[in-house]
Amino acid sequence: MFHSRLRAAALLAGMLGAMVLAQAPARAAPAPNPEADRLAFQAYFRKNYPAVKNSDWGNGPYALNAGMRKQWEAIMQFPPYEFALAAGEKEFNRKFANGRSYADCFPNKGIGIRQNYPYFDTKTGEVVTLGIAINRCRVANGEKPLGYKKGLLAAIETYMAHTSRGKPFDIKVPNDPRALAAYEAGKKFFYSRRGQLNFSCASCHVQKAGHRLRGDILAPALGIMAAFPIYRSKWGEMGTIQWRFVGCNKQVRSVPFKPQSKIYRDLEYFLSYMSNGVPITGPGARP
Amino acid sequence: MSSTIRVRAVASGGTTVVQALINHPMDSGFVKNSKGKLIPPHYIEVLTFEHAGKKVFTAFWGPAVSKDPYIKFTFKGGAKGDDLKISWVDNLGKHDSLTAKLVG
Amino acid sequence: MHAPTTTRRFTLSLLATSCLATTGLLAMPRAAFAFDAPGWPAAAFSKKTEADAIAALYGQKLTASDKIRLEAPDIAENGAVVPVSVSTTLPNVTRISLMASHNPFTLAADYVLPAGTEPAVACRLKMAKTSDVIAIVESNGKIYGARKSVKVTLGGCGG
Repeated sequence: MFHSRLRAAALLAGMLGAMVLAQAPARAAPAPNPEADRLAFQAYFRKNYPAVKNSDWGNGPYALNAGMRKQWEAIMQFPPYEFALAAGEKEFNRKFANGRSYADCFPNKGIGIRQNYPYFDTKTGEVVTLGIAINRCRVANGEKPLGYKKGLLAAIETYMAHTSRGKPFDIKVPNDPRALAAYEAGKKFFYSRRGQLNFSCASCHVQKAGHRLRGDILAPALGIMAAFPIYRSKWGEMGTIQWRFVGCNKQVRSVPFKPQSKIYRDLEYFLSYMSNGVPITGPGARP
Repeated sequence: MSSTIRVRAVASGGTTVVQALINHPMDSGFVKNSKGKLIPPHYIEVLTFEHAGKKVFTAFWGPAVSKDPYIKFTFKGGAKGDDLKISWVDNLGKHDSLTAKLVG
Repeated sequence: MHAPTTTRRFTLSLLATSCLATTGLLAMPRAAFAFDAPGWPAAAFSKKTEADAIAALYGQKLTASDKIRLEAPDIAENGAVVPVSVSTTLPNVTRISLMASHNPFTLAADYVLPAGTEPAVACRLKMAKTSDVIAIVESNGKIYGARKSVKVTLGGCGG
């Protein structure tokens, strides 16, 4: 009697399960809801690392590991990005051949605006990162575009980030299907496993944030964009987030995309949106 | 070309705290480039600081000092506006110097 | 007339090269034509052990001292940039040197402190592998040392 009832219950549960499974593919994908995603994303980090203050998320692994933080504080007494900062400021204030300058291309003359990038350009229907905006400005004024990984472009970003320190990320995803599609593409890339190691971005920077990967402490995805561009000791120079994306993809043994390719711009858009509310800390210094 | 030397020297209460950062590869001679060839050694050997015509600090460096090297030390004396002369010379005979003002 | 000379020179240079190679001198950071700045302690910087480097730089034995404060990380975040600082309460300090015991060349930095300069210095060093950082302080003409182990691990993110 008892057993047969149990069997019946199990059978019923199994049938229900099968029905749910059978129905699942037929269900429409939920409408993109970036703000709900952001709240859940940030709640995860705040729940798992309750001691970390909002202003500290932009300091990456140093928010989560005391031993590393001490070394970083020693480095920050005279950070190695100071040369790039000086070079970037000089370039930013240089007049182009036509008499204009970078300031003429940006809102608020380019000062204190890094937290608004990337943005979705509703005219061209694509994500515009700060790097893209800098090169658009150059090309519009008869200057050659710069490489997207390092060098002068990274130096200009260094200066622009520096003028924006303390300003919280304020990325907008307009209610435009193209913007939502770009956001969703970035999100999908972030959570998709790839490469021989079969890691997603989230495997390291969400699930294992603060843990060691051999000698390194994995940075939390929350606020990870806030410190860029960074002087990375491994590079021995200043580099952009786009360069880091290439490196991360190589490290999981997958074929990287080109810096500022559509998918990397979408990824930067998604990641920056996730950090809305976290203050800019860049330029940063990392191992 | 901007200077390879950046310095912060703060005089207060009779002592001056000096921090400097130098833009230099500090190649050790043990690292290979992307083509697998060793990058020849290239590093600063001597770095000096002079205040009021007197040497207040000398660093002898080898290839084990980090790229874009940093140094911090403190000397007695120094007042806001004083000159501090920083000079370096490397193993290839290249050199640079800068005279900075102490800040208060 | 000229041919034998050339051959002889060539042979000599080959011999010289092989000698250098077998003694490992080719790996020296200083090329034969390199310029050495006046005062730079070339001999001490070429030594491969702690004892040899100390002997070349100071010519005397080291005494351990608890009056030296040596700060270095337990685990370096990157062996290429290890922040190290030394300060001491020992009197009349004229020199502070830093060594990394398992680097290809032991001596990393050597600081000369004239009277009036405080016996404290901070810098950033490269460490090839897990080993000790050794701080050596010359006080009243004698040398004292302190050491600390620093773990240098391979990076997971491209190290």
